[in-house]
Amino acid sequence: MADRFASLTTRVDLSTELCGVRLQNPTVLASGILGTSKGLLKGVALAGAGAVTIKSLSLEPLPGHNNPIVVGFEAGMLNAVGYANPGIKEGAKEFSNLKEVGVPVIASIIGRGVGDFMKVLEGLWGLDFAAVEVSLSCPHTPGYGMLAGQNTPEATKEIVSVVRKGTELPLLVKLSPNIPEIGRVARAAEEAGADGITAVNTLGPGMLINIEARQPILDFKVGGVSGPALRPIALRCVYDIYKSVKIPILGVGGISTGRHAIEMLMAGASAVGIGTAVYSRGIEVFGKVCQEMEEWMEINGCTSVKELIGAAHAP
Amino acid sequence: MHLEPVMMKIEEVILESNLARSFIFKTCSERSESKSLEYQPGQFIMLWIPRLDEKPFSISYHGKDFFGVTVALKGRFTQRLHEMKVGEWVGIRGPFGTAFNLNVGKACVVGGGVGMASLAVLIERLEDSVVVQGARTASELLYRNRFKDMLLCTEDGSAGTKGVPTDLLEDLYRHYRFDAIYTCGPEAMMVKVSEFAREYNICMQASLERYIKCAVGVCGQCCCNGLRLCVEGPVLDGGTLEKLEDFGRYARRGNGRRVPIGTYLGKKT
Ligand SMILES: Cc1cc2nc3c(=O)[nH]c(=O)nc-3n(C[C@H](O)[C@H](O)[C@H](O)COP(=O)(O)OP(=O)(O)OC[C@H]3O[C@@H](n4cnc5c(N)ncnc54)[C@H](O)[C@@H]3O)c2cc1C
Ligand SMILES: Cc1cc2nc3c(=O)[nH]c(=O)nc-3n(C[C@H](O)[C@H](O)[C@H](O)COP(=O)(O)O)c2cc1C
Ligand code: FES
Repeated sequence: MADRFASLTTRVDLSTELCGVRLQNPTVLASGILGTSKGLLKGVALAGAGAVTIKSLSLEPLPGHNNPIVVGFEAGMLNAVGYANPGIKEGAKEFSNLKEVGVPVIASIIGRGVGDFMKVLEGLWGLDFAAVEVSLSCPHTPGYGMLAGQNTPEATKEIVSVVRKGTELPLLVKLSPNIPEIGRVARAAEEAGADGITAVNTLGPGMLINIEARQPILDFKVGGVSGPALRPIALRCVYDIYKSVKIPILGVGGISTGRHAIEMLMAGASAVGIGTAVYSRGIEVFGKVCQEMEEWMEINGCTSVKELIGAAHAP
Repeated sequence: MHLEPVMMKIEEVILESNLARSFIFKTCSERSESKSLEYQPGQFIMLWIPRLDEKPFSISYHGKDFFGVTVALKGRFTQRLHEMKVGEWVGIRGPFGTAFNLNVGKACVVGGGVGMASLAVLIERLEDSVVVQGARTASELLYRNRFKDMLLCTEDGSAGTKGVPTDLLEDLYRHYRFDAIYTCGPEAMMVKVSEFAREYNICMQASLERYIKCAVGVCGQCCCNGLRLCVEGPVLDGGTLEKLEDFGRYARRGNGRRVPIGTYLGKKT
């Protein structure tokens, strides 16, 4: 009785660390969901996120694909946004004075090759980003990520070893789940100097067809799968990566509850990204996930996030 | 009906003006999942023409077993839609966004151009209202038969008073003493309406337009500072607008670039 009382009144510590960046809690806004303006990032921080990632920026503006760019199904979402973004020059204007956001802000960048990446990094100079995430993994944008072959161990090593020299900020590399041995890709990134791995980007590409229209619903026809369908795959990827590298992992894919977040930490993640759940549970999902984590941790006598990271690897 | 378009047949096409046509759809029709549409005045739908694009339109007609949209001719998409005939099919997703608050006494409704579309069902549901519509010229005025005692103004004086609706606000207020103003139209007009409402301490709501893609609050395309226009809007109240830096000033193009609103809205610079 006394023990139970003690455990219930112990404050649970949700703080964690990702590549040297302190987070008040492990929830992070994933790239491409709402990260288009500083105002929206502020809103997500107020809703309880421990850190936020901006929508990926490229060197030149990209118009993105025509609508529909997203479509839902019973197990998640398919998207082919096509990296619509105003380019690094406009992006740098949008994301000035990032201290106002109130939590660490991660820059997400994309490029057709190392030349692009280096110029985009240059454009980030002087801005208050806490880390940079290099995305090598989008499955639906010609010339970028998976469609440019950036998701192989060889390409990853080549790009990351150059990009590493372009920034002093902690460098995260975002990987695609669409590769059999993701641990090898993660190791290539680590060897090339990455400080952390973000796993994973969307799965696929996949397709959904409207049978009355007899047409694929996405205008680009195919898109990346996110949400519940991605969760078991993301978990396995993070589990494999944890075994392959020493650098920390930002686990992303299908997380929408506190239980999901804890599960991802146990697979080996130091923090968890949330994207599609912003649709299913609203912006409040960050605060809700934290509260659910706290409740579970209190009941299960767990006082800090550190105890959970990689817990599923115990022999 | 939020994340996947439902194919619906065009049941009727109404020629509303030189520039605008309405397309009417039947809910509870024999085919597919088109159930009745839970809708409140101010909300919008996404209309999909397969292999072309999907764009936002306010619901401008609504009844137990039908709804409709009024579409002004702008560019590629609206051109194609205007060519479509009764019996052809389009995809519908929604409705989305916030609605007008109907709990007021006397109301004044100020519409400009095709902004009238988002106000039309509201006007039908308000018990006590005075309506002013502005347009460039008489042939662009909407719903003249639908709302018979509407006040009109045109910029060229070809119908009603010569000028813009906001010119009339002060007189109208003296005469009707309304408790609330609703507005939708060119943003410069809505800025004037909101300033008027603030000065006279009248509550007001406006329906804004921004470039919409996902319509479900994930892509961030429609953001107006910290708000998502597809979720927290399109209808915003005076208090929110007062604090909204972008209102009347900035809008984002399809690639997310924030530009002065004048350059966003058209080719006429
Ligand atoms: C909430 C909301 C409700 C709307 N309701 C109506 C309505 O009831 N009737 C009506 O005629 N129009 C309405 N619009 C505007 C309508 O969506 C655009 O006129 C239409 O998308 C133009 O497409 P286009 O290809 O013909 O023109 P384009 O040549 O592509 O564009 C012309 C202009 O239309 C606007 N536009 C284009 N694409 C979009 C988009 N995806 N989202 C928002 N604006 C866009 C831009 O201002 C652009 O400058 C509404 C817009 C919003 C945001
Ligand atoms: C609408 C949408 C847009 C996205 N845009 C990007 C992007 O610009 N850059 C990126 O690295 N990942 C992008 N992603 C992938 C997400 O960051 C995330 O890795 C993926 O959705 C899995 O997480 P979730 O299941 O929580 O959504 C996008 C995902 C969605 C649904
Ligand atoms: S249109 Fe995607 S968030 Fe509003």
